[in-house]
Parts: sequence; structure tokens; C-alpha cells
Amino acid sequence: MTDDVLIDMQNIHIEGFSDEEWHPIIKGVNLKLKRGQVMGLIGESGAGKSTLGLAAMGFARSGCRITEGRILFDGMDLAKASTKEKRTLWGSRMTYVAQSAAAAFNPAHRLLEQTIESAERAAAGPNESNGITDLTQDAVELYDALKLPNPDSIGDRYPHQVSGGQLQRVMTAMAMSPRPDLIVFDEPTTALDVTTQVGVLAAMREIVDKYNTAAIYITHDLAVVAQMADVIKVLRHGEEVEEAETREMLASPKEAYTRSLWSVRSLEKQEETNDDEILRIENVDAAYGKLKVLHDVSISVPRGKTVAVVGESGSGKSTAARVITGLLPPSAGQVVFNGQPLPAALANRNPEHLQKIQMIYQMADTAMNPRQTVEEIIGRPLEFYLGLDGAAKERRVIELLEMIELDESFLDRFPSELSGGQKQRVCIARALAAEPEMIICDEVTSALDQIVQEGILQLLLKLQREFNITYLFITHDIATVKAISDQIVVMCEGKVVEQGMKSEILTPPHPEYTELLLASVPEMDPDWLTNLLKTNAVADLQK
Amino acid sequence: MNNSEEASSGYSAAAEVGLKRKRRTRFERMRIGLGKAPLSAWFGMIVVSAYVIVALFAPLFAPFGEADIFPTPYAPWGGEHFFGTDQIGRDILTRMIYGARNTMGIALVTTFLSFLIGGTLGLVAAISRGWVDQLLSRFVDVLMAIPSLIFALMLLSIFGSTISSLIIIIAVLDSTRVFRLTRSVAVNVVVMDYVEAARLRGEKLGWIMRREILPNIMPPLIAEFGLRFSFVFLTIAALSFLGVGIQPPTADWGSMVRENASLIQFAKYDMKAAMTPLLPAAAIALLTVAVNFIVDWFLHQTSGLRDDG
Repeated sequence: MTDDVLIDMQNIHIEGFSDEEWHPIIKGVNLKLKRGQVMGLIGESGAGKSTLGLAAMGFARSGCRITEGRILFDGMDLAKASTKEKRTLWGSRMTYVAQSAAAAFNPAHRLLEQTIESAERAAAGPNESNGITDLTQDAVELYDALKLPNPDSIGDRYPHQVSGGQLQRVMTAMAMSPRPDLIVFDEPTTALDVTTQVGVLAAMREIVDKYNTAAIYITHDLAVVAQMADVIKVLRHGEEVEEAETREMLASPKEAYTRSLWSVRSLEKQEETNDDEILRIENVDAAYGKLKVLHDVSISVPRGKTVAVVGESGSGKSTAARVITGLLPPSAGQVVFNGQPLPAALANRNPEHLQKIQMIYQMADTAMNPRQTVEEIIGRPLEFYLGLDGAAKERRVIELLEMIELDESFLDRFPSELSGGQKQRVCIARALAAEPEMIICDEVTSALDQIVQEGILQLLLKLQREFNITYLFITHDIATVKAISDQIVVMCEGKVVEQGMKSEILTPPHPEYTELLLASVPEMDPDWLTNLLKTNAVADLQK
Repeated sequence: MNNSEEASSGYSAAAEVGLKRKRRTRFERMRIGLGKAPLSAWFGMIVVSAYVIVALFAPLFAPFGEADIFPTPYAPWGGEHFFGTDQIGRDILTRMIYGARNTMGIALVTTFLSFLIGGTLGLVAAISRGWVDQLLSRFVDVLMAIPSLIFALMLLSIFGSTISSLIIIIAVLDSTRVFRLTRSVAVNVVVMDYVEAARLRGEKLGWIMRREILPNIMPPLIAEFGLRFSFVFLTIAALSFLGVGIQPPTADWGSMVRENASLIQFAKYDMKAAMTPLLPAAAIALLTVAVNFIVDWFLHQTSGLRDDG
């Protein structure tokens, strides 16, 4: 073993307990990390990347156990160490940055207390504190290094008083406070908007460089990992697919699976349009109570085509969908569908109105009743709108399942027994069952892995070709927009910034906001972030 | 486009790994669940089933008729009357056994009724929100502001102590608590996308209540049912003890405690006879403890389930 190897995991096997049995999650993976090196762990969900990342710290989640293998951290075998021994390392020499910062902070304590808590404990314990005398002063320096606004006073705030992106930075400061040898980042930017993500990524990368900390960066977003990691390891079904230096991996991935991950972003629809307008929103204003969220919004949607509505969270794009569906009656303006104005409130619409506009949600988990089977979920619109029942209904449900590339064996499954992509497919089938003319898709792919996303987008395109369905596609992801849309509407702060054909919107010159949105989408180029920061396009517009 | 088609050729949606559970029959699942039940839950289940059997087959177990009167009042334990007789010469054991039937039966009906009223209104309030919710919630607040036992006493003296008015009054007063619980758990479910999806589909209130929300709030409601059952049971016993509950000659544990309370003074002379009023009291206590053991176990189970929900 050479001196600069920090972690050496050999032949790791991890099992998880479910359904009264132990199932293998990680099947013999090796991982070697040098001091100061950043490794990206990527793979689809269920690949075991988080489990492996946590195992690097000698930790197994409840319901999991490390059954085989050695985890050598600085010569100490963590797989055999007692919890007490590992505690001397956790929070001092190795730290963890969780996916959801909002859930990881204790809402009852100020940020500063939480930032320095583990460093304080470590200083009192057997580890010396790296010559830092004043932890508070050090935390302020870390806040400053992470480009948090008002580093002197932000520590006095409570978690709910700062934004999601800021909270994620504070958590990075917390992880950095004891000056660990290793930080494990578990999807730290997945829950953030693209424009926020850029800033957080840059801050993380800088601070890891500055203190020469080794890091394991877990994510399913390749473009993100390309910015952060020196080495990338691809996992699938608990096994290693391949490992290589970032540039080498991006330039020439060896395995077919890795290549398939790469190719997702290349999907692009040929844009088309027509004059047959199916839906028109005319000068709509809408408000939640006194808070006005839509200002004079007008959108036109051509029949059988896809209009993508893009913008970051809070831009009013989901509110626009709520106005169309009637969940939020507008305070001014109207929605015209097939040449007829739609009644503003849901209660005044008749079943035909409702049947023709269907909706698919972002979180397929919460969009399906967990106590109903797939057959009940898809069957209900058939029964409700089309009056099918008994054998006819079941036949149609099976047909719909085949349309979404699933089969009969799914009929009696509950939503919790489906993977993320399958859940979203069942939601699509439920929308399809109503035989709608238009489907509103609210961020339908943003919670999914790349390869699953591609499958869903392909499916939506296929269904559009077959049934001439119109999509109103709400998203913040430009790659998705490229893949599926004919027209684009850019929204910001409740107003329509730009509207037009895809090619017009995506080619310069852009209005300022569109420019920021487009520039913030990570690209598969390890130098993308560096170049972006150089051009300073982001720094100027950071709030 | 070529590239991506090549990628998707190796990918099939149906083959994606979902966490498919084994199909188990209800019996198998029950066996696994029972195998993990702690000792206290077993104790609770055995006691409750014993009570239920006694209540169901009361005429078979009881040596005499419910209202049969024998010549010796306050007969000692043993002999013809195992637990002796009461102040007018009725067999205590017989009345204990019939008491199980009456007290538990009435408590069960009352609890069901209170869940029907409170649960339905709670769901309506949670789904409708707005003025319906305000009206119902404030009305419930008013009812809850009055101490329930005193309120029940008052209402019973107005409407008379018949069994039906007893059931209705306690059910209504108790339904306020059920309303609160149902409303608060249902509010969390109402905001789910699948409820919104059902609304967008144009589903009626009844469907959303029964099919979308109710199945998802069952565990806390069932747990509450067990707890409420104990409370109702205690309320009836208390009312009977105060003389406005179940009226003689119907046997009931609460009134039996009161009727024989004076026997406690004979502790110096006949220890056994002095314990007579404690028998129905002990029966009440044991059932309450047993029900709560089961409820505790059930709550623990379902909160564990909610994690992976």
C-alpha cells in the first residue's frame, strides 16, 4: 500500500433486508481513493452508489449490513472496527453532505452552532484540531470561501431563513469545519435549480481543492460529475462497470452501458408547427391570495405539437398549468380550448372538458394512490369517462400497459412495487386512458435517472405520433426541452419572457434571462464550469 | 437519433428493477405479523378474545338467568353462588358474565357510531376546507369546551337513561375527538397529487373520501378505535356508577361496582365478600389494559410500515 492512498476498499459485499430476506446490494466492488482526489460515483437509482459511498465511511444504513470485504482507511479496517472506534473518525476525519439540506439541519438551532458542532466534539475528543484556535472565526472564513452572503452574520440565522442553495453551502461548510480527510457528497445538488446548482458546484469544487480534501461525489447527473471529479466510477446493479480518469472516460467510454448513459442528451425532436390552435391562454393574471404569481400571461399551443414551458422554480410555470386545469381560477383573462372558452373553475367544467385535458405529475410516487393496484389506477378513468367495466375494462388496461411497454404481470402490483420509471409510465397510461387531446406534463422526467428519462421521452414522442396528442411540457431542463419540444415559452417571475419556435429561442441572441438559463445547464465537458466562471456570466447575475 | 435508439435497444421498461413484494395470502401475512408480536400483545389478544367468547356465549356460561333473584341477599362466596349474591339476591357470577355482553356490546356500538359521525365529518371538513371546515371545526370546539362527563350527565338527565339515548349521546360527544383526528390526518393526504388527480378527473366527494383518502388513513384510525373503545367503556361504567348509565335489571359492570360498594366495609369479617365490588372493577381494568396492549403493538407496527410507505 502506497502512502498516499487514503481509502482502500477491497471486494465489498453489502446486503439489504427486505421482504423477510437478505438481498445483495453491492456485489464485490473495489474502490481506491488517494488523498486529495475526487471520485465521482455514478449510476442509475438502485445501482448501490449511495450504499457504497456510505460504506467508505464504514457505515451501513439500518437494514443493511457489510458482509464481506475490507475497508482500509489509513490502515484501519473499518469493516471490522467497532462503532465506538468509527465514531472517533466520523465527524472529524470523514464527513458527509446529504442530498436534502433542508431535511438534514435541525430547524431549532442556528446555522453556526450546527456548522461547528462536530469540530467542537472532535477537538474535545482524541483528535487534535489542526491548529484552528477559534472555530467561529474559522466557520466565517469557510462561509466566505463558499461565497455565502454576509459571512459574518449568516451563522446567526436559522435554517428556514436561508435559501436551499445557501443551505447546501452551509452544509458543505459544516462538513469542512473539522478539516476532514474525506467528504462524501450524496447528490448534493439534485434538489436545486440549474441556476443555483452552478454556484454551489463551483463553491464545492473550490473548497475541496483549497484544503486538498479527498471526496466521493455521488450523483446520477453525468454533466455534474464531469465538473467535479478526477476519476469516475460507473456502477450498475451493485457491480462496477468501469472506472477511468474523467477526461478519458468522457472521450472514450469502454463499456456499452456507459456509452448509453452518455447518449441520452443527444435526443432531439425535429420541430414542426401548424396553425390549428388547440389551446390559447389569453392575458391571464393569477394570484394565491394576495400574492400575484402570473402577470398578463398569453400562451398559444398548436394541436398535436409540444410546447415546452421553461423557467426556474417560482417562475410561475406550474401555476400556469393550474390555471389551465381549473385548479386556480385566474383573476383576469381566460383559457380558450378548441375555440371555446373554458369555465374558469374546476367545479363548473363538465366531464368532457376534464377528459380532454389530462395531467402527469413530477413525482409519480405521490401521483398514485399507494393503496390501489395498477389495474385500479389505470382502470378508473376508463370506467369514469368511457363507462367500461368487467372484461372490457381489463382488456383495455392491458392494451394500455402494452402501449407504455409494460405487460399484464403489472396488473396486480401496487405503486411501491414499481421502479421510478415504471411509476411514471403508469401515470402516463392513466392520462392516456381518458383518451385526451392534450396532456400537461409537469416536470415529468426531472426526478428520474438519465437513461430512464430517455425512455419516458421516447415513449411520449411515440404516443404523440400515434394519437396526435398535444403536450404542454413544463420543465427546467434544457436537454429535455431539446428532446421533446416544437415551441418554447420562457417564463420568469410570472411573466412570459420569450415565446417561439425551438430553433429561434435556442439560437442567440437571447434576452438576458434566457441566456442565464441556457448557460447554467451543465455540459459534458470537464472544462465547462471553469470556462463559465471565467466568462463570469453567472457571477454577475447571482443574487 | 441513431445514437439514442442504439442505447434504448438494451433497455426495457418492464425489466427495470422494482421492489416487487412476494404475493402472500392474508393468512401468511397474519402469521408473520403474529410471529413478531411481543408478549404484551399476545396477552392482550388472549384476554380480549376470552372476553369476547364469554360475551357471545353468555347464556351458556352463566349458571343462572340475568335477572333471577334468590332468597338470600349478600350470600357469601362458594356453595351454590360462586361469587355470592348482591343486595337483592342476584348471582354475582351470572351478572358478571352478562355484564360483559352488555357493557362491551354497548361500548362497541357507541364507538362505531362515533367513528361514523366523526370520521365522515372529519373527511368532509378536510376535503372541502373553507367555510364548511370552519363551521364544523368551530362547532366541535364548542362541544369539546364542555367537560364531556358532566355534559353527558346533563344530556342523559334531559333525555332519560334509555340505552339508545345513552349510545347516541356518548357517540356524539366522543365523535368530536374522532373528528379532530380524522381531519388532521386526512389534511395531509388531501394535498397529495393523487387526490388532485381524482379531482381533475371530476370525481365526487364520496369517491374521494372512500377510495382515495380513507384507505390511506386507516392505520391511525384503527389504533384510535381501540383507544376510543376503552374510553367509551370507561365512560359507560362511570355513568352507570353514577346511576344514569345502564339501568337495572340489565347487568353492567359499572353499576355492579356501585351496588355492591358497601360490601367493602365488611373486610374485617369476610375478606372474600369485601372483594365482590372489586371483581367488576377488575374486569374493567383488565380489558382496558389488554386493549391498550394491542393498540400499542398495532401503532408500533403501522408506524414502522409508514417508513417504507
